[in-house]
Amino acid sequence: MKYIDEFRQQSLAKKLSASIHKEANPERKYNLMEFCGGHTHAIFRYGVQDLMPDNVNFVHGPGCPVCVLPIGRIDNAIQLAEDHDVILCTYGDMLRVPASGRKSLLKIKAEGADIRMVYSTQDALKIAQDNPHRQVVFFAIGFETTTPPTAVAIKQAQALGLKNFKVFCNHVLTPAAIQNILESPEVRDIGSVSIDGFFGPSHVSSIIGSRPYEFFAEEFQRPVVIAGFEPLDVMQSTLMLIRQLNEGRHDVENEYTRVVSRDGNLKAQQLVSEIFELRRSFEWRGLGLVPYSALQIKQAYADFDAEKYFNITTIQASDVKGCECPSILRGAKTPIDCKLFGTVCTPENPMGSCMVSSEGACAAYWSYGRFRQNSKITDHQQDNMESVA
Amino acid sequence: MTQTGKRFPVRLNTRTDKVDMTHGSGGRAMAQLVDELFVKHFDNELLRQANDQASFDITGGRMVMSVDGHVISPIFFPGGDIGSLSVHGTVNDVAMSGAKPLYLSAGFILEEGYPLADLERIVISMAKAASDANVPVITGDTKVVEKGKGDGVFITTTGIGIVPEGINISGDLAQPGDVILINGSIGDHGIAIMSSRENLQFETTIESDSAALHTLIADMVKAVPDIHCLRDPTRGGLATTLNELTQQSSVGMTIREDDIPVKPAVSAACELLGLDPLYVANEGKLVCICKKQDAEKLLDTMRAHPLGKQSAIIGEVIEDAHGFVQMQTGFGGSRIVDWLAGEQLPRIC
Repeated sequence: MKYIDEFRQQSLAKKLSASIHKEANPERKYNLMEFCGGHTHAIFRYGVQDLMPDNVNFVHGPGCPVCVLPIGRIDNAIQLAEDHDVILCTYGDMLRVPASGRKSLLKIKAEGADIRMVYSTQDALKIAQDNPHRQVVFFAIGFETTTPPTAVAIKQAQALGLKNFKVFCNHVLTPAAIQNILESPEVRDIGSVSIDGFFGPSHVSSIIGSRPYEFFAEEFQRPVVIAGFEPLDVMQSTLMLIRQLNEGRHDVENEYTRVVSRDGNLKAQQLVSEIFELRRSFEWRGLGLVPYSALQIKQAYADFDAEKYFNITTIQASDVKGCECPSILRGAKTPIDCKLFGTVCTPENPMGSCMVSSEGACAAYWSYGRFRQNSKITDHQQDNMESVA
Repeated sequence: MTQTGKRFPVRLNTRTDKVDMTHGSGGRAMAQLVDELFVKHFDNELLRQANDQASFDITGGRMVMSVDGHVISPIFFPGGDIGSLSVHGTVNDVAMSGAKPLYLSAGFILEEGYPLADLERIVISMAKAASDANVPVITGDTKVVEKGKGDGVFITTTGIGIVPEGINISGDLAQPGDVILINGSIGDHGIAIMSSRENLQFETTIESDSAALHTLIADMVKAVPDIHCLRDPTRGGLATTLNELTQQSSVGMTIREDDIPVKPAVSAACELLGLDPLYVANEGKLVCICKKQDAEKLLDTMRAHPLGKQSAIIGEVIEDAHGFVQMQTGFGGSRIVDWLAGEQLPRIC
């Protein structure tokens, strides 16, 4: 596959691995947070950790849209489907996320609620056109990447005069979340979580550009390297972060130049600002209430706002007892620190959101990496590691 | 069921008629459907016995039997349809024991209102698949459910076969040191189905790999009678099949991503849809586990068969108390290949 295979080449990976081993200072640790679940997924799927020295540690961040949505918002969506009899359209990953009362969208679908899995906002629009007598709600989640398609759908619905299309908006913003993590007492005061640098989001940055990270790189003196989602991107960016840290720099650098510019996609930004405005505050799982970290639909487009139309109020719901998703999302714990991990919480029976999406840290640990926790490493693997090192 | 086409004054119009409730009622309309559609196309001596059961003699030996329900959506897809699939699926399940498949039964559940023209197309395809495989459908059943209670056509097929003397193939026989082979590229069926789904149409040249594998298996068993395991990686894909075998045999496995054949178009579609080809379904593939010293001979035999040209050795069985399937990634790292969690793509067979 052209433009894909080039970024997964083993020969280049080995060269980068050698450079990283050479340049990483053995006297120190490099704790690097990958904000995005896409990076977490790439690290595990391709076994990137095997190519790293022991003192380079990937800290998994909150950038998995399914993971950070608080349970109360999923409860809201369930209410919409159960009590208001709407057709609820959702991306596939949301279906299995556990909500309050052992419910999930998948479970209420089995009980008769009309839940439709869609691949894009366009599918949801079509469902609304095909069902003029039903209210169709698109359960909009995600970071800056998925926001423009939602904006487009609202514009299209307006142009089509669709009265039965609504959006339940849960779009959230990346820079606010990163800043929140850096301001958290665990990082700032106690120092129990050490984050030396960040892999900046790839797809998100294609929309917002690299400029929004400049403030906190300077303010918090942490280097940021915007990294693509392919494994070679992650390795190249690791090397760039190590170099910055070795040189005492804290700049925003862009490894993902084939897609990301400093200013981002101005057309998409303009479209988003036409439809959406900042929320004063929004709850994130793991981070709590984060000021100005999410979007809501502007008054001018209130006809398409499910929150207004159905008068949705925030439901306060708590996570399953013992579930460490909140700490894992802040980088304060790893999945294996959670008592539920691999015991009662598995991808087949997830208790927390991080075990649901393939971008969630727990699912990645479980599905791709749990052999690393075993003392028994096969000869084959050892050979493999030695040959790489 | 005898004397096709002579018992009913007005012939069934398979061009315009639709399935109605009388076609499953046990009365004359059903008899006509059976005669003029099923018996006509599946025609064979045993079916023409027209009893509630087919009666046949067997030779000595160990018999195997397998059943498979088919509910695939869409019913017609690139490279096949529910009819051919229902033959291939069951022939393969029987053959994975090393058996020679002998006979099939077919149970149809039809939805009221389903066009007879489509039903006939399915039956013709099914009859051709059975005839090509030389495994006749010798008994059958038809039921009709009210409109809205089914989805066009569901087909359940049962197959029986006889295992040749001295062959013992089973999922619990994999041994550390054994070698894992596959007969070609993975993921073709799942991607072909996906490309023709109503809400997901994309253009691809990929066709389902749906095929009856028993002649390939016959060649393999002849060359290497001591094959340890055979299994077709259908739902859940190669990853799930390997996990089933590690669990049954209480072993682990290591596979090499670079050695697993995947067509570029399947890779590209998976990339686009966020799927992993290891979990995408196949309908004409088999995973084979044998002793290391038999592997090269088996590989040559497989490659000599039209359904095994792309055969490859993809990994080894190892000792592992955890029963993990580990993979050396093409990138140079390693990871687990786990069971499929949830549902990657519903109703693919």
